[in-house]
Amino acid sequence: MLEVKNLHVEVDGQKILRGLDLVVRPGEVAAIMGPNGSGKSTLSYVIAGRADYEVTEGEVLLDGENVLAMEPEERAAKGLFLAFQYPVEIPGVATMTFLKASLNAQRKARGEAEFSTPDFMRRVRDAAGKLEIDPDMLKRPLNVGFSGGEKKRMEILQMALLGPRYGLLDETDSGLDIDALRIVAAGVNALRAEDRGFLVITHYQRLLDYIKPDVVHVMSRGRIVKTGDATLALELEKNGYRDYVADAA
Amino acid sequence: MNAVVAFPTPAEKTLGDQFRARGATDAGRQSAYAAFSAAGLPHRRIEAWHYTDLRSLLREVLPPAPPPEAAVIAEAKRLVATLPRAEGGRVVLIDGVPWPRLSELDSLAAGVSARPILEAISQNDDTAGLVAAESLGAVESVVSLNAALLQGGVLIDVAAGAVSAPIEVLCIASGTTPAAIYARHYVRLGEGAKASIVERHAALQPTRSQANHVLVMALADGAELQHAAGIDGLGEEALHIGSMLVRLGARANFTSTTLIATRGITRRQAYLDFAGPHARAHFNGASLLDGRAHADTTLVVTHTAPHCESRELYKHVLDAEATGVYQGKVIVRPGAQKTDGKMLSKAVFLGDGATMHNKPELEIFADDVVCGHGATVGALDEDQLFYLRARGIPRAEAEAMLLEAFAEEALDELADEALREEFAGRIAQWLRQRGT
Repeated sequence: MLEVKNLHVEVDGQKILRGLDLVVRPGEVAAIMGPNGSGKSTLSYVIAGRADYEVTEGEVLLDGENVLAMEPEERAAKGLFLAFQYPVEIPGVATMTFLKASLNAQRKARGEAEFSTPDFMRRVRDAAGKLEIDPDMLKRPLNVGFSGGEKKRMEILQMALLGPRYGLLDETDSGLDIDALRIVAAGVNALRAEDRGFLVITHYQRLLDYIKPDVVHVMSRGRIVKTGDATLALELEKNGYRDYVADAA
Repeated sequence: MNAVVAFPTPAEKTLGDQFRARGATDAGRQSAYAAFSAAGLPHRRIEAWHYTDLRSLLREVLPPAPPPEAAVIAEAKRLVATLPRAEGGRVVLIDGVPWPRLSELDSLAAGVSARPILEAISQNDDTAGLVAAESLGAVESVVSLNAALLQGGVLIDVAAGAVSAPIEVLCIASGTTPAAIYARHYVRLGEGAKASIVERHAALQPTRSQANHVLVMALADGAELQHAAGIDGLGEEALHIGSMLVRLGARANFTSTTLIATRGITRRQAYLDFAGPHARAHFNGASLLDGRAHADTTLVVTHTAPHCESRELYKHVLDAEATGVYQGKVIVRPGAQKTDGKMLSKAVFLGDGATMHNKPELEIFADDVVCGHGATVGALDEDQLFYLRARGIPRAEAEAMLLEAFAEEALDELADEALREEFAGRIAQWLRQRGT
């Protein structure tokens, strides 16, 4: 279970999260929707362990263990995965080299044996095929010169390879055309499993047509202000965030 | 008119004594020494040496290395035995003196010859002009000093149209006693010749040393030369000066890649002249420096002929209290129209006490040219680091990945795949050692 308890976060002295509570259960797809500036991306970065965020109160528990004291790489090895809204370009590092380093570092941290090269290659090729990723792309430097859609598919490819306990998808739909959205959503749906949870952060309801959420949370001004089922997303699409912004203010 | 009289420093006096003690009387050495003593050791008020003040660094001049003892030769032999066979031949020098028995000259390609430079000079080959520092050598007092105190070197001739696999010039410093080395090599390519020269420097003992190496490269029209140099394994108190003097004929193609991964003080300088049109010169280099290492790369590229292309790409990784220097000067002479010259220097700081000096300069006397320069200095990108760490890659490994990619860009034009792998391996090794 992934639990966020009374989380308060500041950036440069400015309060961004103000007592956020959230639970994602194994097997569950939870969506977080909210207006721009409500703190959605901050939440995903804080869970993944990015610096520059000051947690002033609260905790984030993964199966009862507080992850806030852990380095980002430890959190990853424990099974947290953040699909970035803006995947970072890394010139000079071949995608394949990166994937192997990432997978083996996590396995090593968990005391598991590293994959042999042929075994690893087969896994990558299988996952890439499902996401309609051209194998030539894997030889190119990571994310360099990739289109928006290619970058997002690469994020899902990484998630498929790493097989996390919880996947945090930060605005994965932004910058995607409808075909890319369909492929990415299919990739996520294929990973849905009883022992794996997802936190899908999105501004628009569109993504949730493809990735059906079990729970929808509405976030405003650094808090969850309403929780409901999938129909809540449809209601938001119709009425906008106006009511919730006003409520919180 | 009053003559300007500069009082020599104690170091300059010692160098004078050394010159007289070797009893050199030939005109070439005499005029080289005259040029040196007129200018003296370069110091920080000489612009090109501003960041590497040789006058203050060379307070004590070491004596020239004595002839190697049997134990040194045996150790050099063991070192050579560990190296892969050099495809195009290998010339081994101990303390600047060619050592034929350790060299591999049987694999020199047809049309390629290598012989001791002192022999060539005594036979009045045109090398004499260069060794006497009357033409290219005169630009620098350290190059003149090299000619005056020259101990040896090799002349490599690649005949017109000949093609050679990489030829290695291995300069071994014995380090038996603190000593100075003055060596000069001359690589001459005939019309349309193709060759590759790998310059390696190794020290058997990391003793105090003062090395002054000169590599002259002259490419006739349409010739192609790949140069690579690895400066590695010098001691804390080593001083390495390496000067390249390059003259390119029309349509000549020259590429140079230098990897510096050493302690001590290193000064690598190049003076290149585009003597004929449509030639191309690309300089690349990576310097990995930690401790109190100091590496200075200074390039002066002169576009005398039109339609030539020059490129410079230098990468510095600076840890602890290391100092990196990049000075690039591109001179475009009147009439050198359609010159295309670009310089780029990038540095990454790992240590708070590290320093980087960037000084690009353009001197343009033609109106139809494209010239430019750029320089960046900074820490590793935190966004890139976080991305890698969020995928489970530990911080030290993530840093090494980014730094390796950063430094390896300087190897992109190294055509010799085995050498590129070796240099890349050295970069990776340096980064690993840094982490421990």
